[in-house]
Amino acid sequence: MTTMTTMRELHTRLKHLFPLGELSEQRPDLAFVTVPAEFLRPSLLHLRDREGYTHLVLLTAVDWLEEGRFQLTYLLSKRTLGQDIGLRVMIPRDGATMASAHDIWPTAATYQRELREMFGIDFPGSPRVDEDFILEGWIDIPPYRRDFDTLKYAQENYSQRPGRETRDPATHMQQQLYPDGRQG
Amino acid sequence: MSMKPELMKRMVKGPDGVEFEVEPLRDYYCEAPPTVMPAAYSKIVEDLFNWARSESIWILGFGTGCGAIEMRPLMTPRFDAYRYGIQWRPTPRQANLFVISGYLSTKTLKRAIRSYEQMQNPKYVIGLGSCTINGGMYWDSYNTIKRLDDYLPVDLYITGCMPRPEALLAGFQDMKKLIRAGKGEGANQYAENFAWYKANQKRVIHDWDMPDYNW
Amino acid sequence: MNFFAPDRSQYPATKTDGTLDIDLNSGKYLKLWQGPNHPGITGNMSVELTVCGDEVVEGRTHVGYLHRGFEKLMERRTFIQCFPIVCRICVPEPDFNEYCYAAAVEELAGIQSPERANWIRALILEMGRINSYLMYLGGQAGALGQGVIGQWTTYVRDLMLDRFEELTGARIYHMFILPGGVRDGLPEGFEQRMEVTLREIENTLKDVYDVMFCNAVFKKRTVGLGYIDPALLDSYGVTGPNARAAGVAKDVRRDQPYLVYPDLDFAPVIGQDSDIYTRADVRRRDLLMSVDLIRQILARMPRNGPVMAETPSVLHWQIPRGETYIRGECSRGEYGYYLVTDGSGYPRRVNVRGPSYTHAMALLERMIVNVNISDVAALMVSLHTYPPEIER
Repeated sequence: MTTMTTMRELHTRLKHLFPLGELSEQRPDLAFVTVPAEFLRPSLLHLRDREGYTHLVLLTAVDWLEEGRFQLTYLLSKRTLGQDIGLRVMIPRDGATMASAHDIWPTAATYQRELREMFGIDFPGSPRVDEDFILEGWIDIPPYRRDFDTLKYAQENYSQRPGRETRDPATHMQQQLYPDGRQG
Repeated sequence: MSMKPELMKRMVKGPDGVEFEVEPLRDYYCEAPPTVMPAAYSKIVEDLFNWARSESIWILGFGTGCGAIEMRPLMTPRFDAYRYGIQWRPTPRQANLFVISGYLSTKTLKRAIRSYEQMQNPKYVIGLGSCTINGGMYWDSYNTIKRLDDYLPVDLYITGCMPRPEALLAGFQDMKKLIRAGKGEGANQYAENFAWYKANQKRVIHDWDMPDYNW
Repeated sequence: MNFFAPDRSQYPATKTDGTLDIDLNSGKYLKLWQGPNHPGITGNMSVELTVCGDEVVEGRTHVGYLHRGFEKLMERRTFIQCFPIVCRICVPEPDFNEYCYAAAVEELAGIQSPERANWIRALILEMGRINSYLMYLGGQAGALGQGVIGQWTTYVRDLMLDRFEELTGARIYHMFILPGGVRDGLPEGFEQRMEVTLREIENTLKDVYDVMFCNAVFKKRTVGLGYIDPALLDSYGVTGPNARAAGVAKDVRRDQPYLVYPDLDFAPVIGQDSDIYTRADVRRRDLLMSVDLIRQILARMPRNGPVMAETPSVLHWQIPRGETYIRGECSRGEYGYYLVTDGSGYPRRVNVRGPSYTHAMALLERMIVNVNISDVAALMVSLHTYPPEIER
């Protein structure tokens, strides 16, 4: 039985229980599936207790500013079979909040602290989620959001030393390949 | 920003039940700003002092950034900084050279300032790597400072990303020449332009919750 | 080893939500910051300890001193501009960043790196692993007061850095593994010089074993201390030698092989009692296994072949929308890169998952309770955490 069919079988089994999206297989041992927000905790518990995906590898967020949503990715791993499944949850950008998973995996509390600080996604009930984690004395919007311009912030807030030139390779190659100014 | 609560004046009850008043700023911190240290009374004595200072530079062992990884090989027999009288000291009280090894995030800058102010005069600062000069590779980062000499008085820069131990040793040789020529005046510069340095520091560190001058 | 049994009635009771009830004004507790400027810390993080007498009651890890905002910076750089910056995320062992990033970009772009490049990549990763373990051994002994071992291991690490310099051109930040392959092949005579270096490393490790692992003081201070329960490994995300010392053979090179590891003969090194001594021993044996792996790689590598695949020009390189996760086994545990692309020439999101993220925060805060102050440094070093990968 190849790992690809095992992932598909897992998907079929889970689809009977939860309204999942399509399974997108990235590799034979890695697949992503979209889960609605209210079914996240039951599916995490089911995957951990019944299916053997006991290791929470990663909990991260992607900012889809154009669509006005955050994508939370929970990556779970089953070491005995060497397979990973990624659960994608889409939540709205304004007032972003998600149920906390810290009682399922204690390490989720750390990931959730970072997401709260860097993206502004709230996880009510997570221990010490409001404390400063990485940044100290930060007074702007959460920095990993797409609408935060890091270059502008750096130029306004830190004094620069004059005389820096930037040779941007894209501009340089553009001038070399298309000297008459075409975009190429 | 207000001070931390443990720095405020308050009543404390000891384990034996007796209550007494504690004022940490007065008890533990020095209120006077740093003063300019004058040179010795005659040039020969000052030259002797400078020679002695240059021959026993003790580095504060605070690896503030990437460059700290090339400081460790310096203290091993292969590159051997000890033969130049250069040692690592863990506490700022016993150090007189602060090597800012690389970029400084604002969080580390606060601790670096505090460590620098706890060192005793005469003290010197070396900026290691290109991040201290103009921000280096993190020139567009929102958390690192771009120019070190706005916040601390720098005596020497060693370029590279990162500099080899031999480059560090060459930098130390240059530092020695600087000190012997009487130009290692970073601490006096800090004392003279204290208000300017403090203003720069406070502009970048938004939660200034400690006294202005530490010891 | 406890020579006295502490009076438990002094310790605070936990409240219902799990937090402790510590009254700092009562004079029984003291807050000690084992802060960023401390010789007993690996790197630049701090542990805020609340101690009662000589024993730690609560610990909190503070990170963020090395935060540069890499993930944000990488969104502003094209795929090929990201690779010089990526190796600076983990300072002492930079090659894993390069490999995981390159493999993630290749997978999403559909580029296959050539066979010889994979062998050279595995060689570099193993060399980096040896360097990291040597630094760890020096740090572990140094945390207990044995400074000599740090001098020896840093010296042989310098010899290995010489090999790196010969191969890649730089000592610390190599920038050698890029999407598409590696930058160049091996220089003339590299195998002979590498064999000399490996023999030097093995000789030094014999001395290190005699002086450190057979040392009565080291044994007394580390055996039985810092126990990680094997049942907690998955819920706390423990990977790498920390997990293998607890008897669980968790090695990404064996579980989900990447690069050329299916062609090499090795077995994960495991230990039984998961205390500080066993973790140090597992790492030492893993180091010797890496030396053997380098010999195998150099013997089995194809002699000629391209080292770099064709990659699109920087003006036109756009990767269609997708996401992937690439993992590797670095010396501290499982290292992973999660890359999301959106069809433009810039990555949408790069998330670096360093092993110290789980070891230094949740695990350390749990393990540090009831530890003597003088053993805190030894415990922290035995988890082999490097702070830059926690806060990137």
